[in-house]
Amino acid sequence: MSMLEVKGLAVRYGRHEALHEVSINVAEGETVVILGANGAGKTSLMNAIAGRVSPFSGSIRFLGEEIDDQPSHDRVEAGIALVPEGRGIFPGLSVRDNLKLGGYPKRARENAGSTMERVLTLFPRLAERLDQLAGTMSGGEQQMVAIGRAVMSAPKLLMLDEPSLGLAPIVTQQLFGDLERVRQAGTSMLVVEQNVRAGLKLADRGYLLTAGRIVREAAAADLQGDPDVSRAFLGGLEDAVH
Amino acid sequence: MMSRAFLFPIAVIAVAGCLAFLPSYLDDYGIGIMIGLLNAVILATAWALFSGPTGYISLATAAFFGVGAYTVAVLNESVPYPLILIAAAIIGALVSLSIGLATLRLAGIYFVIFTFGLSEMVRQMITWFEVNITGTLGRYIFLPIEPRHIAWQLLGLAALTLVVGWLIRRSKTGLALRVIGDDEVVAAHCGINIARVKVLLFGVSATLLTLAGAIQAPRYVYVEPAIVFNPTLSFLPVIMALLGGARSLIGPTLGAIPLFLLFEWLSASYPNAYSILLGAVFIVIVYALPQGVTGLIRRWRERSASVVQPEEAA
Repeated sequence: MSMLEVKGLAVRYGRHEALHEVSINVAEGETVVILGANGAGKTSLMNAIAGRVSPFSGSIRFLGEEIDDQPSHDRVEAGIALVPEGRGIFPGLSVRDNLKLGGYPKRARENAGSTMERVLTLFPRLAERLDQLAGTMSGGEQQMVAIGRAVMSAPKLLMLDEPSLGLAPIVTQQLFGDLERVRQAGTSMLVVEQNVRAGLKLADRGYLLTAGRIVREAAAADLQGDPDVSRAFLGGLEDAVH
Repeated sequence: MMSRAFLFPIAVIAVAGCLAFLPSYLDDYGIGIMIGLLNAVILATAWALFSGPTGYISLATAAFFGVGAYTVAVLNESVPYPLILIAAAIIGALVSLSIGLATLRLAGIYFVIFTFGLSEMVRQMITWFEVNITGTLGRYIFLPIEPRHIAWQLLGLAALTLVVGWLIRRSKTGLALRVIGDDEVVAAHCGINIARVKVLLFGVSATLLTLAGAIQAPRYVYVEPAIVFNPTLSFLPVIMALLGGARSLIGPTLGAIPLFLLFEWLSASYPNAYSILLGAVFIVIVYALPQGVTGLIRRWRERSASVVQPEEAA
């Protein structure tokens, strides 16, 4: 059974239709990547699932339950964690407090201690800097804090919106290494990524989103080197770059 | 560890306990100053309980203060005093919770204007009600309560306000409250029910403000809307909390004490220019100390800390 099931989802901002009849699903333990160029609607999709925008039509089911009408905090309680685009940390709080806040949901409180240990094993760099203000860290470290914060909520589905945005290539590589460990720990993930290669390497399966529509769905391995993918990113320049 | 954690409430209660001896020795003028100081501390601290961390500037202090005073004015002849205070607290809580629910979607300047308009509206409604329904405009309060009794009650309320603030900060809600002002979106994705936290805090803050008005009502003897819904009551706590640092628990107290004494001196020495000077002080504080005194101290500390451990680039 699918853990997350999005069916016929449409999102509109006024008259602009950002998503049109989008249907995707994520199975238990699976990692899925959504590929697409700027403005394809990736962030709208993530926001709709996380409860930041309400869909115009369609349905979102999580663990078999309709969650369309739930506010964000209830969805977190149900097990969906979002790392929003552009980090999503509290710069004025210490790393420790940022992580503590991640463990805010009732469901996560009981095991907060052991989850914290897990996060610090995943991101050993954070263990050295628990008392540092998150805002004074480098971009890559801030992203670690943001992901660590999301993991603290003991999510069943971890959603990451452009985790590599604004990071140096070497830092991106490290970050995806960390995400690989999160994946191996059994957490399902839904990742939006512009870095096609890194995204596909991490994922089991991928969707291609173009102008608000899903145009392709395939196993990650099959999408690597697929002409549709490069076309989607390069706006019709056919296989010019490969 | 344990003893350090409880240092704050113990200190608050100890200080309040020592100050409790004062009213017996002070003359009327001294007690008047003490009441004014305590009132300033309570209003600024209670205001900052909600407005400090959320950054939602409320100008409704006068509304709650006035509701408290009016409750006493209306009930003072028919209900025993302790029950009046309880009634005032309940009315304040109910009014603030309904306002909280109504203003949930307002932010920034809209919230400020709404709360300011609200104070005026409550005042006009009570005026209208008194003139048209009950046929009076002022009410007399004859209660056997002396200024020193008021000072003691305010002392208790001030201690209660600080301890409540301390309890909130220690709780899970306190952690949530610290970040709502930073980034509501991320806070919601941490699983925080932002609406509930905000309304709850607004209610706690307003209930304390209402009690401050109720406790001081007997001092007025004669109460009418223009007196207890005085808009200055809404502005003073803001400026006091901002001077001390609205985001820290003790900050508003640090701002309230010097400013109350300054205003007291100004209004006695320059009664005609008082409002102008008040405005000037407001502007200077906002420009010179946007984070308040406690914010300034924190920045100094951070600066010296960052010299010791330079930031590493990854």
